[in-house]
Amino acid sequence: MKKIIRYIGVMATLCAALVVLTSCGAKPLSEQNVLNNAKSTNTITWGVKADTKLFGLMNIKDNEIQGFEVDVAKALTKQILGPKGKAKFVQVTSQTRIPLLTNGNIDGIIATMTITKEREKQVDFSNSYFDAGQSLLVKKGSPIRNVQDLNKAGTTVLGVVGSNSVENIGKYAPKAKVLQLSDYAQALTALKSGQGDALTTDNGILFGMAIENPGYEVVGGSFTNEPYGIAINKGQTQFKGSINQALKHIEKTGEYNKILYKWFGNVQGFNYGEAKR
Amino acid sequence: MISIFANYGPDLLLGLGRTLLCSVIALFFSLIIGSMFAIFETTPIKFLRVIARIYIEVFRNIPLLVITMFFYVVIPLTFAKVDGFTAGTIGLTLYTSAFIAETVRSGIQSVNSGQMEGARANGMTFWQSMRLIILPQAYRYVIPPLGNQFINLVKNSSVLAFVAGFDLMYQGNVIASNSLDTINTYMAVGVLYLVITMPLSYYMRHLEKKLA
Amino acid sequence: MLTNFINAYSSMNIVYLLEGLAITIFVSVISIIGSYIIGAILGIIRYIKIKYVSAIVGFVIDLIRNLPLLLIIFFVYFGLPNIGLKPSSVWATIISMIIFESAMLAEIVRSGILAVDWGQMEGARANGLTYSQAMWHIMLPQAMKKMIPAIVSQFISLIKDTSLATIIVLPDVMHNAQIVYGQNTNYIIPMFLMLAVMYFVVCYALSLLSRYLEKRMA
Repeated sequence: MKKIIRYIGVMATLCAALVVLTSCGAKPLSEQNVLNNAKSTNTITWGVKADTKLFGLMNIKDNEIQGFEVDVAKALTKQILGPKGKAKFVQVTSQTRIPLLTNGNIDGIIATMTITKEREKQVDFSNSYFDAGQSLLVKKGSPIRNVQDLNKAGTTVLGVVGSNSVENIGKYAPKAKVLQLSDYAQALTALKSGQGDALTTDNGILFGMAIENPGYEVVGGSFTNEPYGIAINKGQTQFKGSINQALKHIEKTGEYNKILYKWFGNVQGFNYGEAKR
Repeated sequence: MISIFANYGPDLLLGLGRTLLCSVIALFFSLIIGSMFAIFETTPIKFLRVIARIYIEVFRNIPLLVITMFFYVVIPLTFAKVDGFTAGTIGLTLYTSAFIAETVRSGIQSVNSGQMEGARANGMTFWQSMRLIILPQAYRYVIPPLGNQFINLVKNSSVLAFVAGFDLMYQGNVIASNSLDTINTYMAVGVLYLVITMPLSYYMRHLEKKLA
Repeated sequence: MLTNFINAYSSMNIVYLLEGLAITIFVSVISIIGSYIIGAILGIIRYIKIKYVSAIVGFVIDLIRNLPLLLIIFFVYFGLPNIGLKPSSVWATIISMIIFESAMLAEIVRSGILAVDWGQMEGARANGLTYSQAMWHIMLPQAMKKMIPAIVSQFISLIKDTSLATIIVLPDVMHNAQIVYGQNTNYIIPMFLMLAVMYFVVCYALSLLSRYLEKRMA
């Protein structure tokens, strides 16, 4: 009995300590103006993916992250800070991107993040900079042709933790079981070993996989709209405004289309004409 | 952190249950397999010693994630279908059993070798003296490091998260990405791990006092 | 399948993995040294039972070793900036490792001393040695011998646990392997195989060292 009381005491102390720690951890950065900081240091720090083909991928040769999102971020930086403005890139994972943003390690997240209502409670989003749509990757000859085919008990769909495409499956095919793997390569490998019947995520990423794996195809068209937005801290209205302005500008001058074509122009199945702005 | 418990309580409890189930299964089998290989390593039979040595060195020096991924993606290509929970539990059992074997072996060897000789001289067989004389003493030596291994096991069960085993860490990852409140989510997860590991470590301490 | 292996093991990729392995080893070595020293001190404090101090140390050790390492990494990386320190991912990992592994080692050291026959201490004291002399010259060397396998097991876990820090983007061998198979998803199995080999080589070297030390001290 004494032991149990002691145990409960330990747990209570611990919970109290954690609550205290979290409350001091929540020191807001919103009093600072990110835009002014960026202007005075002439640098904007962006959080990007480093393991996602076409969007943000580490180049092993020179240890630099390259991709569509990196180029967009560079172009935006030049618009906001002038031609001498520097863009710094920090690799983020789905677990670290929000704490890094709220801690002020990065100024904005441009990492295949779909604008959703749920996320807008935590962060602010810029206007969309890319319109993805969710699709399915299956083995060639699979009976699954579209998302309705998944809505059967016993069907298993594979996705990646932290993407909202798995939530969408819950809406479109509530009877299917969803397994969330930790990255796209692991999800694809699980698909190949028969751990699931289909792999779902945004079409841009799936097209990349289909090229590498001729035995697999993208089916079902895009059954959702996934507008990607740049996430910034709440309250940074000035910074958000200048990002949106810069985005509009590069869309008007055709720079956006140039970047889009550079990365997606030759991707089989990707409709460049529809995506250009 | 409280809001995480309030909003995602059932998911977290489900994860806790899975983690607990996987840990109990893995603990049971790894203790048996581990003790078996520890005895193999201390037998006079050279063949058994070599087998045990290879088993221990292979499984203890390869990352758990690699062992688990092998069962999750390679085995289904050739043999039977293995789901994430099973693959993770098998991986965890093999991995931990190697560590337990090494711990128990050192315990057996730290028991004075005169004891074995004495028992054998009194007419006991190797297995009898091992079971009745050596092992009880060896376990006394190894309870604290064994406790470390058990706690490691519970925490290592988070490997299930990589193969969609619906354990506590998996639920934590999912909740963190839904709520976007990463730090509080992982703190809630941490508290739930403590719910398993704290009693375990107090029990080991109790056992240690009782046997001393 | 075979071409995947050949392409995955291009010299560029292997060099990239080795760069990661160097980070893994660097982080591990510093953490091993740091946690060995701190762990031994904490273990002795816990064993010799100084009023209050030992109880508090004991409680903190229990708390830390029962927490998932991942959580400690998170605390250090995202918590320290709140008190004005912004460690890089390398140092955040090293700090977390030292905190966690010291607690694990303290427990091993304490049990190692416990396993030495108390009569030895009494004998030494009867022969005129002070308590600390007896501890240093008689108890600890014997305890050390008993502890070697457990300590080395713990260090092997430590080396592999550094891979948890990929979550805070430590550029270790696990992270670099993920980057490589990000280039082409077909490289994942070859990369996992290579990871197994690399970790095996490093950890096996450590376990051979443990065998050697055990024999030499016997």
